[in-house]
Amino acid sequence: MKFSVFTIARYTCVEAIRNRLFVLLLTGILIIFGLGEFVGEIAITETQQIQVSILAFVLRFTAVLIISLFVIGSLVREFNDNAVSMIISLPVPRHVYYFGKFTGFSLLALIIAVLISLPLWIYSPAGQVGLWTVSLICELLILISISMLFILTLENIPLAFTAVTAFYLLARSINTILLIGQSPILESTALSQKFMNILVLIIAYILPDLDKFTQTSWLVYAFGTIHNLYFVCLQTLIYLAFLSAAALFDLYRKNF
Amino acid sequence: MSVFEKGLLLHGGERKIHDVPDIVKIFLVITFLSQLFFHAVTGGQVVKAEQLYSPPSQAYMRILSFSDEIVLSKITMLWLQAFDNQPGISIPFRQLDYNKVIQWLNLVLELDPLGQYPLLMASRVYAEVADNARKKVMLEFVFNKFFEDPNRRWPALAQAVFVAKYRLKDYQLAFKYADALAVNVTAKNVPFWVKEMHIYVLEDMGEIESAKILIGGLLDSGAIDDAHEIRFLQERLKKLEEEKTN
Repeated sequence: MKFSVFTIARYTCVEAIRNRLFVLLLTGILIIFGLGEFVGEIAITETQQIQVSILAFVLRFTAVLIISLFVIGSLVREFNDNAVSMIISLPVPRHVYYFGKFTGFSLLALIIAVLISLPLWIYSPAGQVGLWTVSLICELLILISISMLFILTLENIPLAFTAVTAFYLLARSINTILLIGQSPILESTALSQKFMNILVLIIAYILPDLDKFTQTSWLVYAFGTIHNLYFVCLQTLIYLAFLSAAALFDLYRKNF
Repeated sequence: MSVFEKGLLLHGGERKIHDVPDIVKIFLVITFLSQLFFHAVTGGQVVKAEQLYSPPSQAYMRILSFSDEIVLSKITMLWLQAFDNQPGISIPFRQLDYNKVIQWLNLVLELDPLGQYPLLMASRVYAEVADNARKKVMLEFVFNKFFEDPNRRWPALAQAVFVAKYRLKDYQLAFKYADALAVNVTAKNVPFWVKEMHIYVLEDMGEIESAKILIGGLLDSGAIDDAHEIRFLQERLKKLEEEKTN
C-alpha cells in the first residue's frame, strides 16, 4: 500500500512536469518580479515595503490559482480517461488512490511555495520569508484538499473552480465580515440581522482562519513569530484531516 | 501506427502549415488586420480629467482586501499619488479637492497605521503647492495624525515645521508643530534636533530669551543623557547669551 501511494504521487509530479507547470510558474514569477520592480520605481518612499507587499500578494494568489487549477484539471482528466476506474480495479483501496494523489500534489505545493518565495528574499529578512513560505505551504495544502473534495463532489471544472475560489476568498475575509456584522453603524434588533450574524458566525466556525496565514505584515514589518507558525500548522492539520475525511466519504460512495 | 496517425504526429504532433486550407489562413490574416484597424479607428483613451471622488468606507475596503489591508493600503496610496497624472493629462495638485485627498490619506493610514507614506506625501508633496490655504490644510492633517503615534510619525511633522517656517513664513504655526514634537516624542532613537526644533523656531522669531529658558530647562530637567547632545545644547546656550550681550 505504501508503495502504491508513492507510485501515484510520483506520476502526479510527472504529469505536472509534462504539463509544463513549472515553466508556467517560473514565467509567472519573472513577470511578477518585473511588476514589483516597476512599482518600486513609482514609489516616493517606503519603496521596499511597497514592493514586497504587492509582490507577496500577487505571488500568493498566483500559487493558489495554479495549484487549485492543476488539482482540478488533473483529477478531471483521470476521471474522463477512466484512469481512476482502472486504478481502483487493481487491488488498491480507494483511500490509497486519494492519499497518493494528495502526496503528489503536496510535493508540488512545496516546490511551488519555495520557488514563489525566491524574489521575496531580496526585500525581507530571511526568517520572515521562511515563516511566510512555510505558511504558504500550509495554505496550499488546504487548497489542494478543498480542490480535491470539490472536484470529487461536483465533477465539473467551472463549478469546482468557482467553489474553490469562493471558499478561499471567504475563508480569508470571514473574520472581517464577522467584525463588521457585529458592530453595525446603526444598531438594529431586526430578526434578519440577528439571523445573518448567526449565519456568518456559523460559517466562520466551519471555515479555516486563512486570514492568519501567510501575512504580508510579516514581510513588511517583520511581525511574524514562531507562535504564528504554531497556529498555522495546527489549523492546517485539523482542517486537512476534516477535508480528507469528507473527500474519502465522497470517494467511497462513488460508483465507477 | 496508421498513415493517418503518422500524419497527425508530424512536427511533434502538429501538421505542417501548408496542410491548413488557404481559406483558413486568409481568414486568420483578415481577422487579425481587422482587429488592428478597429483599434486604430476607435482605440485609445479619451482624455478627460477626472475629479477625485470620496473614498469608500474603511469596512468596505477591509472586505475588498480579503484581510490583506497592508497591500490594499499601499496600492491605494500609489493610485492616489498618481491621480494628478491621468492618462494623457496632468492635473496640478492645487486643482485637487484637498478635503477628499485628506479623506483618502486618512483611509490609507487606517488600513496600515504603521505606514508613513500618506503623512510624508502630505507634508512633502501635497503641502508644497503654491497655495497657502491648501498647505495649511495638509499640515494640520499631519499635525492631527501625529498624536496617534508620535514616536513613529515625527518625520512628517518635522517636515511640516520646515514647510511652515520657510514656505509659509508662519513662525507661530512652526512653533506649534515644533513644540508638539518636543513634548510628545519620547523614543530614544529619534535624533535630538527633532526634539529641539522649537528652540530654533524661537530664535528665528527673535525670542532669544524664551529659547534660552527652553535650553536651560532642558538641561536642568535631566531628560537628556547623551553627552553629545548636552554639549551641543550648552554651546547653543552660550551662543545665544553672546548674541544677547552683543
